[in-house]
Amino acid sequence: MRHRLIVSAAVAVALAVCGPLPGSGAAAPVKIGVLMPLSGNAGAAGQASKAAIEVGAQIVNEAHPDMSNIPLAATAGLPKLDGARIELIVADHQGDPSLGQSEALRLITQQHVVALLGAYQSSVTFAATTVAERNGIPWMVGDSSSPNITGRGFKWVFRTTPIGPDFAAAYSGFLKDLETMGHPVRTVAIVNENTEYGTSVGGGIHERLAKDGYNVVAQIPYNANGTDVSAQVLQLKEKQPDVVIFVSYTSDSILYMKTFKTLGYKPKVVIGDDSGFSDPSFVTTVGDLAQGAINRSAWSVGKPGSTTYHINQLYRAKTGRDLDDTSGRNMQGFLVLADAINRAGSTNPEAIRAALVATNLAPRQLMMGYKGVRFDATGQNVLAYTYLTQLVGKEWVTVWPKSAEERALAWPFQGWQP
Amino acid sequence: MIVALQVVVGGLLLGAVYALFSSGLTLIWGMMNVVNFAHGDFVMAGMYLAFLAVVWLRAGPAVFTGVAAALLFLFGTAVYYGLVRRVMRGPVLSQILSTFGLALLLRYSAFWIFSANFVTLPTVALSGTVHLGPVVVGTAQLVAGGAALLLTAGMHRLLTATALGSQILAVAEDRQAAMLMGIRPDRMQALAWGLAAAAAGIAGALIATFYYISPTVGESLAIIAFVVVAFGGFGSVPGAMVAGLLIGLIEATSAFYIGPVYKDVVVYALFVAILWVRPQGLMGARL
Repeated sequence: MRHRLIVSAAVAVALAVCGPLPGSGAAAPVKIGVLMPLSGNAGAAGQASKAAIEVGAQIVNEAHPDMSNIPLAATAGLPKLDGARIELIVADHQGDPSLGQSEALRLITQQHVVALLGAYQSSVTFAATTVAERNGIPWMVGDSSSPNITGRGFKWVFRTTPIGPDFAAAYSGFLKDLETMGHPVRTVAIVNENTEYGTSVGGGIHERLAKDGYNVVAQIPYNANGTDVSAQVLQLKEKQPDVVIFVSYTSDSILYMKTFKTLGYKPKVVIGDDSGFSDPSFVTTVGDLAQGAINRSAWSVGKPGSTTYHINQLYRAKTGRDLDDTSGRNMQGFLVLADAINRAGSTNPEAIRAALVATNLAPRQLMMGYKGVRFDATGQNVLAYTYLTQLVGKEWVTVWPKSAEERALAWPFQGWQP
Repeated sequence: MIVALQVVVGGLLLGAVYALFSSGLTLIWGMMNVVNFAHGDFVMAGMYLAFLAVVWLRAGPAVFTGVAAALLFLFGTAVYYGLVRRVMRGPVLSQILSTFGLALLLRYSAFWIFSANFVTLPTVALSGTVHLGPVVVGTAQLVAGGAALLLTAGMHRLLTATALGSQILAVAEDRQAAMLMGIRPDRMQALAWGLAAAAAGIAGALIATFYYISPTVGESLAIIAFVVVAFGGFGSVPGAMVAGLLIGLIEATSAFYIGPVYKDVVVYALFVAILWVRPQGLMGARL
């Protein structure tokens, strides 16, 4: 009896180790790990990005001849890997950098993902990418914009999104153009959350605007999880800047707009650096209080029939709302990564890395309004670009640069209906 | 000078909201020696109930606050009979972990039902502002602050000046002796849970008039509630009120005059200092 038990246990172990027999038809799926804050304060943004990446996988895995300008859309699966499908392994890091690290390690060592994508908050991306670097697994950063993430000499980290200095340049260019439109502005205040994202992007904007001759009257760092923002708004009220730039996440952005109304404060220009302002919750909760706010975006739904319009339709079918810029940048990061894996023709990490290094995509091959995708030695996309949009009703419409304008700028910031 | 006044008034109102938020917690903690880690999520439930009452019934502030209070009262008693009564017989650790588990259950149920998206109450009667001389305050904050004072006073009176309150306190002090006096301890403790949950519901509904609502909103506010209750003195309802006001005031002034990132340092340094001098809290009974 005892003997038989041991034999059957040994057989069971042997079967478990060998796994399913090889050569059983279709190519094995290619596993990509996705790290997002699916709960916690940025849960809404993380869920939106997760949905966008899933739509990206749908575009790659199914045949979409109507989007044939996007690499891999026309065919089903990855042609150079015998039509293998992409399987997403999604993990929730709750906005916690140390959880981001442990989840990244779990995806690499236990799920055997061939590449990683994520992770929204720059602080989490900054910490978790070190795990990918150590383990030699490529990591695609779709939306985290702290310059430091790609500035560390890492070999395995690539980033498609524009970053801090790109935004700073855009804001400076916009403020300069305001002068030619007859709305000169001189004084600026920067209000930034105090983790990696806010500190680095806020600091970058400060430096650039000061260099370009603007008077930065205040830079106010704060904790994004705080329960009250009145002190910051009162400080702004006292300094009276023409322009207020927020580098903020969702809950804090909502509180700022509510507090603006309570304290009756309206600067001439309010700029939100994406993130909180682009969270789909922003317009539904405080859109009525933030009319005329400026935001950055590289996403535009486009005309009916266009590829971006089709992509938005897919996203709408899945979530019931339009794609936002942050989620769109993550989807773009995923599509660039999938294209590289296909060109590598292998799931070998070094082959994927080499293919990423060789990436050279033209604007028409992209869903986002970048000027292309080409990585420099640090892994940063040198052709990343951003537009500025303005909140009109419930829509963000492109108002800058002139060449991409959908609608003339409404001046000044109106906030709420009196 | 006007700005200083604005900072002080804003801080006191914020403090009143903290006190309002903490009122239910102090009752459970003080009266039953159970730490209700789900308190923040009770408040979150109150916020969503108010939201649903506004969306479905187009209810006004009085109605949606009442709805949230009534439903949470029922929920509180159900939690007592279904969960707390049983785990109270177990080791202290299981008492702590059971309310923690309840917190996660509520939070992730909210994620499931309402998704992670933030919502706010549609514009309600309270969304205006009031000018008190040169100082501007939100009507909603003013109402919430006033309600916090009333609720605290009401709860204090209930516990100290009514037979029912004496019975609740008697059970808290000595369950066996209370039973010998003809008090049914289960009924009193269920009532205490019901009242605490109803207070959390009222707090949630009122805070929702000027705050955002999300499944995790209770998490960020709960830490303050624990500090307020410990600061004010375990089980002291007026203590929680004073502590709430004090913390709101210190937060607002330090955030404005020193900087928003330093306010927590100031608040918690003071918190530790006061507990060092008075371990029982500002108004707690000497241990």
